[in-house]
Amino acid sequence: MASPDHVTAKARALEDALSRIGEPISEASAREVAALEECECREGMFALAATRRQLFGPAGMVAAVGMTGMLPRHAQAKAPAGAVEYPVPADSTREQGRVMGIDGGYGSRSQFESEVRANPTRTASFTPMQSGYGIITPSGLHYERHHGGIPNIDPARHRLIIHGLVERPMKYSLSDLKRFPTVSRTHFMECSGTTGSEIMKAREPTVQRTHGLVSTSEWTGVPLSTLLRQTGLKPEAAWVLAEGADAAVMTRSVPLDKCLSDALIVFAQNGEAIRPEQGYPMRLFLPGWEGNISIKWLRRLEVSDKPFYTREETSKYTDLITTSGKARIFTFTMEAKSVITFPSGDMRLPGAGFYEITGLAWSGRGKIARVEISTDGGKAWSIAALQEPVLPICQTRFRFPWIWDGSPAVLQSRATDETGYSQPTHAQLIAERGALESGSLFYHMNAIQSWAIAPDGSVKNVHPSG
Amino acid sequence: MCTRPADALVSRRLGGVAAALSACILSAMMLSGLAHAQGYPTRFDLGAPATEQDVAPIAIAISPDGNGLPVGSGEYARGKSVYDAACAACHGADLMGVAGLPNMPNGAQLRLIGGRGTLTSKNPVLTVESYWPYATTLFDYVQRAMPFTAPGSLSADDVYAVCAYILAEGKIIDTTTVLDAKTLPRVVMPNRDGFVPDPRPERFR
Repeated sequence: MASPDHVTAKARALEDALSRIGEPISEASAREVAALEECECREGMFALAATRRQLFGPAGMVAAVGMTGMLPRHAQAKAPAGAVEYPVPADSTREQGRVMGIDGGYGSRSQFESEVRANPTRTASFTPMQSGYGIITPSGLHYERHHGGIPNIDPARHRLIIHGLVERPMKYSLSDLKRFPTVSRTHFMECSGTTGSEIMKAREPTVQRTHGLVSTSEWTGVPLSTLLRQTGLKPEAAWVLAEGADAAVMTRSVPLDKCLSDALIVFAQNGEAIRPEQGYPMRLFLPGWEGNISIKWLRRLEVSDKPFYTREETSKYTDLITTSGKARIFTFTMEAKSVITFPSGDMRLPGAGFYEITGLAWSGRGKIARVEISTDGGKAWSIAALQEPVLPICQTRFRFPWIWDGSPAVLQSRATDETGYSQPTHAQLIAERGALESGSLFYHMNAIQSWAIAPDGSVKNVHPSG
Repeated sequence: MCTRPADALVSRRLGGVAAALSACILSAMMLSGLAHAQGYPTRFDLGAPATEQDVAPIAIAISPDGNGLPVGSGEYARGKSVYDAACAACHGADLMGVAGLPNMPNGAQLRLIGGRGTLTSKNPVLTVESYWPYATTLFDYVQRAMPFTAPGSLSADDVYAVCAYILAEGKIIDTTTVLDAKTLPRVVMPNRDGFVPDPRPERFR
């Protein structure tokens, strides 16, 4: 047992350490405190003020003060992406937890959470919608689609140049951009190729793979109209070519009307700088339009009188209608769509009973007005509750109470937006646009998704054609 | 002075500061007769004029009328040697694509020629030959993004030449055609009239 003197000295040392949080401590003082420590809690004492260098330095301090319990265990176990592995105490109430600051000041998620973007093709990654909550996609789980990898851009050297049919060609740095009046908008972004491979038959097992090329973030930036007011526009201006600074030098032609309405040049996502994979230091953001046209790593806007017919708006991202052999071009808007994320493909319900069906609905044309749920493959429909907030051009979470009786069921959701447009069936889409086995070419595929529940509770992606 | 409200000097209470600021704004409004002490300007003294030196190196986009095409020219024979050296590894010696490349789209998507007459089938083959509406797009894309391992590395002559090679292999031009800023925009692609405006929202029955 510790003597009263020892306890007092320990308390003083603790108080002293607390007063120096964030400051480096000398090895001598660490040893001095260590000498007073005989209890389990000692591990918490030194990390309060220890710097990373001291923690990992060659001075032998780790061994001297026995702090291994406080250290990130990079060398001991592999933590999931975005997490740091720490030891798990037998009773977390019986020892001090780890202190602030040893994460370097930027937090990480729990080592027990391992959801990651699925990355099957190396040019696209899919958001794990099956495990998402609310409407915001964590920035590190926002879907990706790259055509030339993720460039690493030094913002100090990056400029956005606006030229062409303007009165005053201008260039802006990131710091220039940040000084303009900014707006923040919570919007979904969706790749127009999402779900395309599902048009003729059910191919992918999970909602992550069928629908995961859609995500929602709060985006902050400058309205493009503000910048175009600075440059002025010549009378014949009608289109704007947007160009990225990646290896694909990605280019798309944008109608001027969109640029003057809700188009943004964004530099922030979910309260911090946009991630490199989302276009750091700045990207175009065109609410409600197919993701590809919101050019990332934006370096140039060229105002012109006509579109440029770039590769990405002719050979790709055009919608071939196989009934006519003609392709729709400049099909920008992402129409109303929804999907049940729980229960969804590859899950297994533990047994009959209550489940809250939940999922996401969104429309590039405005707010979601209604989501209906069917548990019998589309014969009967009931209204789902929409979780506030219901924002325009944003994912909206819906919820629906369901008591599963243990018999086979097919779950579907059908979204209707404020324009009155409702999600079609596969058959309706195929009748309108023609059959297309090459699923990757079926852009803007927003048919009603079906998940079949088997008596054993297993959930499977099924196509209405069987 | 509005910038040093007396209340704020005496008291650090937030309410005091707010009251002082309100009085400040009120007096500013009374002095100026405006509804707002300050508003948003429509013009901002931010950024810098973009000079010709800023724009020229990056203004590389080519439009269907040929605007933006660089000086230079190229034809089939040179194009074949450029293609074999820089393109064939992914697009195939026969321009039909290569399957199984790491980190690349599948072979069919890398295919450059063939596919005419397939656009009404359930398995259309979309290539430069069968689908692309403008030859200028081919030039633009090769110049900006190809070859994959060294994007933007081909000279203007090489880009003209490799376009000539691909278009000739696709039976769109003959092997004697020399492509340059004048002749390239005149190439009529087989699917030039294959595109229609977006009719959506669709009305489903």
